[in-house]
Amino acid sequence: MRRTPLYHAHLERKARMVDFAGWEMPVQYAGALKEHLAVRTAAGLFDVSHMGQIEIRGPDALEFTQYMTCNDLSRLDEGQAQYSALLYPEGTFVDDIVIYRIHAGHLLLCVNASNREKDAQWLLEHRRGDVEIRDASDEYAQLALQGPRSQEILQPLTMLDLDSLPYYRFTLGRVADADCLVSRTGYTGEDGFELYVSPQKAAKVWNDVLDAGGPAGIQPAGLAARNTLRLEVRYLLYGNDIDETTNSWEAGLGWIVDMDQGPFMGREALYRIRQEGPARRLAGFEITGRGIARDHDPVLIDGTRTSQVASGSYSPSGRKSIGLAYLPVEKAVPGQELEIENRRRLLPAVVVKTPFYRRR
Amino acid sequence: MTIPEGLRYTREHEWIRVLEEGRGRVGITHHAQDELGDVVFVELPRTGDELGGDDVFGTVESVKAVSDLYSPVSGRVTEVNESLEEQPELVNDDPYGEGWMIQVELSDPAELDGLMSAQEYASYVSEESGH
Repeated sequence: MRRTPLYHAHLERKARMVDFAGWEMPVQYAGALKEHLAVRTAAGLFDVSHMGQIEIRGPDALEFTQYMTCNDLSRLDEGQAQYSALLYPEGTFVDDIVIYRIHAGHLLLCVNASNREKDAQWLLEHRRGDVEIRDASDEYAQLALQGPRSQEILQPLTMLDLDSLPYYRFTLGRVADADCLVSRTGYTGEDGFELYVSPQKAAKVWNDVLDAGGPAGIQPAGLAARNTLRLEVRYLLYGNDIDETTNSWEAGLGWIVDMDQGPFMGREALYRIRQEGPARRLAGFEITGRGIARDHDPVLIDGTRTSQVASGSYSPSGRKSIGLAYLPVEKAVPGQELEIENRRRLLPAVVVKTPFYRRR
Repeated sequence: MTIPEGLRYTREHEWIRVLEEGRGRVGITHHAQDELGDVVFVELPRTGDELGGDDVFGTVESVKAVSDLYSPVSGRVTEVNESLEEQPELVNDDPYGEGWMIQVELSDPAELDGLMSAQEYASYVSEESGH
């Protein structure tokens, strides 16, 4: 199993380690609930070094990446990041990604751990023009500092003016004496920063941020909290909510598709699907009583198994069980009653508006 | 690892404390709650329900997993811990005390002999986790 450069730092902080996409990752330290609430009210620090980084360089880097992704990259400034996706010709997902436009000849793609090799291969297969494509994942550790007190914790560790770094912008600079790419992004629905740093410097940055954040109540946070945080704000997870069988329209990711940017991989299929109208939609639901809907639990409408829970978990902010499931469009409306089959029980549930949680 | 003396233990990680003649209080062990992580729901039987030994008497759900609760003995449920409805975290905070789950009237106290002592449970747990 693969280990991040912070493996020993996690053991020192008494993390419970699990296998995630072939990586030995911390699932929790003090406890998933405590870590979740720390991120909502103060700050949490995540090791997300398992995420992959693919570099695209060369005179045609922008044009090539524009063709291979569904959002409009041409609108990005240098120092701006964008949530986007790699699509198959059928309009379904190869992966959802964040693109960093360092400059027109140099783009950095942050991709899901489980898709890293597949994505790099996919890009190489479709390479055109004067571009160099390189899986640079081993050159980066990635830390995510998330929560309302993130800026106040990070600012003393850097000369960068974090106040002038807006959401989905990034800059290069030193943090805790290490060269970092600092971006105002994250996967929790809170304010925060992601730090891309060399593996050799990762442990020092990790420890310095945790030390600096101590008085503010920072917690090292694991994958369990990361999952409940992202689900509450309806950030999708590749492999659960989107994959090679789902498209942007039904996933509710139409906002990352720019049909007017010119030709791109998957555009024709997306055009056709939009004309026909998607048959299903990814809807949010909550369990009305006790019990927790889990990933892959059957979803029943009027007693008939209709689909499966894409993502299901407990919501610490709402103190109830929430989830996402693909439903026929006419059923994917707030108020629609469902049942979730969890082991021997049928849990009553109702379709609700998403996100389940909004930052105050 | 916290395993109090004087209690009897099951292979499913429940404990039973014999209170007075013929009655026992049941919960899950420190090890069990640690494995589960943060408990958020506990489903318990109703007072008066009859349980057979090894019957599932409820479920405990944490953020990451759900687990059945097995009755260590047969008997009638005389009390359930209502506090767990509002404060399921008591199972994590105090598994052998405030986090208890049900009280039963034992139909056959001899069944207790089939359960593990603290020492036996300790070696069972360390074997199970492969240490």
